[in-house]
Amino acid sequence: MPDQADSSHIPATVPRKSATFDDYTLSEIRRAAQTGIYDIRGGGAKRQVPHFDDLLFLGASMSRYPLEGYRERCDTAVVLGSRFASKPIELKIPITIAGMSFGSLSGQAKEALGRGASAMGTSTTTGDGGMTEEERGHSDKLVYQVLPSRYGMNPDDLRRADAIEIVVGQGAKPGGGGMLLGQKITARVAGMRTLPEGIDQRSACRHPDWTGPDDLAIKIQELREITAWEKPIYVKIGAARPYYDTALSVKSGADVVVVDGMQGGTAATQEVFIEHVGIPTLAAIPEAVRALQELDMHRKVQLVVSGGIRSGADVAKALALGADAVSIGTAALVALGDNDPALEDEYQKMGTTAGAYDDWHEGNDPAGITTQRPELAQRLDPIKAGRRLANYLTVMTMELQTLARANGKSNVLNLEPEDLVALTVEAAAMARVPLAGTSWIPGT
Amino acid sequence: MTVELDLAALSVRQVNAALQQAQEGTYRVLHPGGAHALACGLDAPVEITIDGHAGYYCAGMSKDADITVMGNAGTGCAENVMSGMVRVKGDVSQSLAASGHGGLVVVEGSASARAGISMKGVDIVVGGDVGHMSAFMAQAGRLVVLGDAGTDLGDSIYEAEIYIRGDVASLGADCIQKPMDEQHLAVVAQLLDRAKLEADPASFTRYGSARKLYHFSIDHMDEY
Repeated sequence: MPDQADSSHIPATVPRKSATFDDYTLSEIRRAAQTGIYDIRGGGAKRQVPHFDDLLFLGASMSRYPLEGYRERCDTAVVLGSRFASKPIELKIPITIAGMSFGSLSGQAKEALGRGASAMGTSTTTGDGGMTEEERGHSDKLVYQVLPSRYGMNPDDLRRADAIEIVVGQGAKPGGGGMLLGQKITARVAGMRTLPEGIDQRSACRHPDWTGPDDLAIKIQELREITAWEKPIYVKIGAARPYYDTALSVKSGADVVVVDGMQGGTAATQEVFIEHVGIPTLAAIPEAVRALQELDMHRKVQLVVSGGIRSGADVAKALALGADAVSIGTAALVALGDNDPALEDEYQKMGTTAGAYDDWHEGNDPAGITTQRPELAQRLDPIKAGRRLANYLTVMTMELQTLARANGKSNVLNLEPEDLVALTVEAAAMARVPLAGTSWIPGT
Repeated sequence: MTVELDLAALSVRQVNAALQQAQEGTYRVLHPGGAHALACGLDAPVEITIDGHAGYYCAGMSKDADITVMGNAGTGCAENVMSGMVRVKGDVSQSLAASGHGGLVVVEGSASARAGISMKGVDIVVGGDVGHMSAFMAQAGRLVVLGDAGTDLGDSIYEAEIYIRGDVASLGADCIQKPMDEQHLAVVAQLLDRAKLEADPASFTRYGSARKLYHFSIDHMDEY
């Protein structure tokens, strides 16, 4: 029986919030109820998904010889586009800069990406909005994207590019087109895209002149004819059905297949799209590699992987699973200065915090990167930011070499699945490597 | 003097290389046989006649050239054309002049679906009909059609202008009928003259953007 005399002292339970209706979910319901429109943001999937952190390298042991960490050579060069192109791209490191448009990024940011990548002997990529002089002028190797919108599409730029990337989709939104809201459609951006200034631009999600792999094969033929069969042609797909999409890209005549996982960023799209469409990078790589191997095209058609690459360890694990190179976007922006805690006061004024700022579409980036406002963009020094990117790429490369040597590899492309184990059953199933301490690969 | 390039003896690469290197002159491509990517990527004021049917992407991304296809042309004819002139004597398949930035494209017959899709400044004149979703997301330029238009004409159109003489099966989102003023009559008359096609400009109806979808608004959800 309860003690009636002590009823005023019944211990209270701690306030308990729902795991289903957590704080973020509740805030989103309130925001939706107030505005009547879906949430738009930049970046990639923020949810927890199986990733490279769930893999470990085994390193050398009695049966594997390591290489001397500071003395013995470990090559990092990679050639992309050797299948059909007469002038394939030769990169000094297997880490490239992913496509990001002028428009979503400031001219200073594009210049900084070019400077940093060029210092390291690697490539940058245009985006949905055409090629700028800042970008071409500061990128020794520039990949020109052919997107559904065809904004700024120009045969002269096609011919002065070093490679061509046909974008079928991106990991943040497989099946979605680009989005750039009016705040960033300045006179210059509008002029490049043949759009009215200040409108909300919603790009097409399908190419205007081809549908399916049979058409794509002919489209690729046209692009090769226009560029005298010199340029490597990449096909970029969002990670959705990587086995089939990779096989169909090869069938269509691609020199390089780029697979972008759901952690890959976007300038802007619906939150629901980013978090609920597509599959993790880790899950996509083995499927793409399987398609290439079954077609006897592994290492003949190169595989570039992107989406959540942060360190040399991530690069090494992607290569070990069969990629030829990786692309970075979000990490490169952070290296330039995106989401820097030094700008916390300004993030707080916008109702966010360093590390969480993702309203890139609003164009108010205090770091001067995801903006078209001149007074903000001029905050970014392209030379210093380019140097930071080069430093970061240097560290990633050294980390990659460290892991490769530890596994006895004199070339980073010699890393292999046999060097890896998984920490979780999910990662073991996706990556198709054994659970650590066992010989068990789920599903085999 | 006309230089003849015979696809019965030469490859598409050889023919295109010859055309792309030419800076001037008159060329005739024999036995095209529906080959793809013919006369694409040209960059000089050369005159070219394709002596039959062309496949996909004929005259793609062309600058300054004057190209005539004596037969029909496949998907993406004159895609992303930058300038100059492209004329097709017969019919064309889908995506005519897709994303075209400039120049004049004339089809004496009819065009299939998505004619003028994403057009960015090109002028297009079609003697016959155009298929569904023509001028989809059309950004700039003029589309003149002497016949009928299929469903969803001008869906999500930006600042391009459409002139249709015949019937329109239906208009797409944000595309509306607009009045024909003197300036519009003059535009149609001039384009018909350049296209060498005859019709009374006053018999055309003008369509363009209602500009309601230029900014996100909850009140426009019914348009999608």
